[in-house]
Amino acid sequence: MSQMNLLQAINNALDTAMAADKKVVSFGEDVGHFGGVFRATSHLQERYGRDRCFNTPLTEQGIIGFANGLASQGHKPVAEIQFGDYIFPAFDQIVNETAKFRYRSGNEFNVGGLTIRTPYGGGIRGGHYHSQSPEAYFAHTPGLKIVVPRNPHQAKGLLLASIRDDNPVLFFEPKRLYRASVGEVPDEDYELPLGSAEIVREGQDITLLAWGAQMEVLNEAAQMAEKDGVDCEIIDLRSILPWDVDTVVESVKKTGRLLVSHEAPVTNGFGAEISATVQEQAFLYLEAPVTRVCGMDVPYPLSHEVEYHPDATKVFEAIKATLHY
Amino acid sequence: MSKSIHKPGFILGDALDIPTFKVLKQDGTLYKGAVEPDWSEDFALKLYDDLVFIRVLDERMIGAQRQGRIPFYLASLGEEAASVGSVAALKPQDMIFAQYREQGALRYRGFDVDQFMNQCFSNEKDLGKGRQMPIHYGSKALNYNTISSPLGTQIPQAAGYAYGQKLDGLDACTICYFGEGAASEGDFHAGLNMAATLHSPTIFLCRNNGYAISTPAAEQFYGDGVASRGIGYGIATMRVDGNDLLAVHAATVAAREHALTENAPVLIEAMSYRLGAHSTSDDPTGYRSKDEEAKWAKKDPILRYKHWLTHKGWWDDEKEKALYARHRENILKALKEAEKRPVPVIDELINDVYDVPTPQLQQQLKQLKAHIRKYPDKYPKTAGRLD
Repeated sequence: MSQMNLLQAINNALDTAMAADKKVVSFGEDVGHFGGVFRATSHLQERYGRDRCFNTPLTEQGIIGFANGLASQGHKPVAEIQFGDYIFPAFDQIVNETAKFRYRSGNEFNVGGLTIRTPYGGGIRGGHYHSQSPEAYFAHTPGLKIVVPRNPHQAKGLLLASIRDDNPVLFFEPKRLYRASVGEVPDEDYELPLGSAEIVREGQDITLLAWGAQMEVLNEAAQMAEKDGVDCEIIDLRSILPWDVDTVVESVKKTGRLLVSHEAPVTNGFGAEISATVQEQAFLYLEAPVTRVCGMDVPYPLSHEVEYHPDATKVFEAIKATLHY
Repeated sequence: MSKSIHKPGFILGDALDIPTFKVLKQDGTLYKGAVEPDWSEDFALKLYDDLVFIRVLDERMIGAQRQGRIPFYLASLGEEAASVGSVAALKPQDMIFAQYREQGALRYRGFDVDQFMNQCFSNEKDLGKGRQMPIHYGSKALNYNTISSPLGTQIPQAAGYAYGQKLDGLDACTICYFGEGAASEGDFHAGLNMAATLHSPTIFLCRNNGYAISTPAAEQFYGDGVASRGIGYGIATMRVDGNDLLAVHAATVAAREHALTENAPVLIEAMSYRLGAHSTSDDPTGYRSKDEEAKWAKKDPILRYKHWLTHKGWWDDEKEKALYARHRENILKALKEAEKRPVPVIDELINDVYDVPTPQLQQQLKQLKAHIRKYPDKYPKTAGRLD
């Protein structure tokens, strides 16, 4: 075990994956000798050579197109998009190519070895283009897996599982926690399962559901609610696609209430999918409408970042409203 | 270091004036100074067999689409030499990324008449399991990466594939075909720049056939074609007469050699003309003249190659007749058989989205099967074949 922050855990996971399998290759903008603008790829080039860890030209569609080809050849590319906000130039490659590669070819070819890492999320005064949470755009695309870790231990285990999964994975890293989240991380090689949610805290009165950096907010809100005698169950979804319907529905059947929270705008955010599914599968158990505490339907703002954010007091208020429905 | 100048001085956009490499004249004789390839008669005739097969296949399948037997087709009329001539210069281990008008390359590699038909009829023997539109071929065994409709997306992919071949230390490169219209996509820029900076042994072969659907090349770009751009990326570049099979072949031999010895990409711009409609959904009379088409029909690449074979004493009218008759017969027979084969079983609807279907997909399939059982008349192709 070592104390690591979330970035160090990601760097450690990449190091572990590249040491274990020479097919693993890391690249993107500034990823090479410099080690990435956040230092997630520090020292990888000196350890594994320029052929396996390198800078690309500044072209997101090129990075993912190249990665698709490399993965279809049998390598395991881990491509970095510098900010989730800049993944959209590669949207066509991801949605039309990556996601459909296996299906459209009848499994003659696949890009299962591909992992796309990208920092996401707000709370760092990043304005419009250094704060977005684009997971819902991709959750509408069959063929992709989407994973979001909440702490260093998860970051390493989920990233290793993502790199080794035989499907393309989008791995969203909560950059607000890159250095803020510190914890014990096993030094050895380990994986955490994809497609599986984790019950972080058991409770009886209401289920709170989020992923990534928003998990901290839920914890804080649950502590506020506890003082009022409310016993919250907290679930970390971990995988957005495919998501763990059973764990969530079972929890709601027990508590009778569900609150979903994400930083991304509310309309058509992934909370809508969860809300509709739970309503279908646990209709007779619900004692209040499923509630969503999310970002507003505006571009991510700069001066009103605090007001925009679905913070702990907003979640706390929504917990109370749901309980008193 | 670039030279310095001390007064403003533009280099004009047409300064390069890139020449076109030609070996064969239309009458099948060689240009002065051109070198004839050292081919066996068998090899030369195999290429002719492939050219004629594709021409007959295209003609027959356009007919099948007109009759409503398949939903779509896209011919390579007039451009057969560009794909057959280039692929014949490669090794079987070299990967092919195609756009959609390179059926000749797939035929050369050994895709048989039934495989072409099964794909076009989306039946249960289609390697692609009936999921994509006709002409979206692919074959792992023949190193032909499955075609997709979005234009240009295969260009950076080819650069990545070739980079992987280099990492593995293989004696193999990747060829990537695309049209001059697709070269306007951002992925063209991305792919060529990635291949150049990352030293990826990729052969980019642009079929400049004058049109992207209705858009003439003059409205597609203002520079000296596509070739001039390769030089800007630092890529070894050649323009070749795409209707001259011998020239395309020689250019590709040189390209493969350069790609693998230098670990670097190559760009070939093959100048040709799209003699047919863009696809069965297009009518070119709305945007170009019969005179223009007739002018290019005289430059037919298959005819030119046939003249060369005849000069060599390897071909005559009798063989010609027999070859066309044999392909027509085989193609028609295969068409009738493919048409009768059933579509893939309904389970193939959810397979291969992921390596293993997710619980959600399994649930959706279960619901669909229950629905089909309830309304079998509405789903005649699959209703009788549920497990």
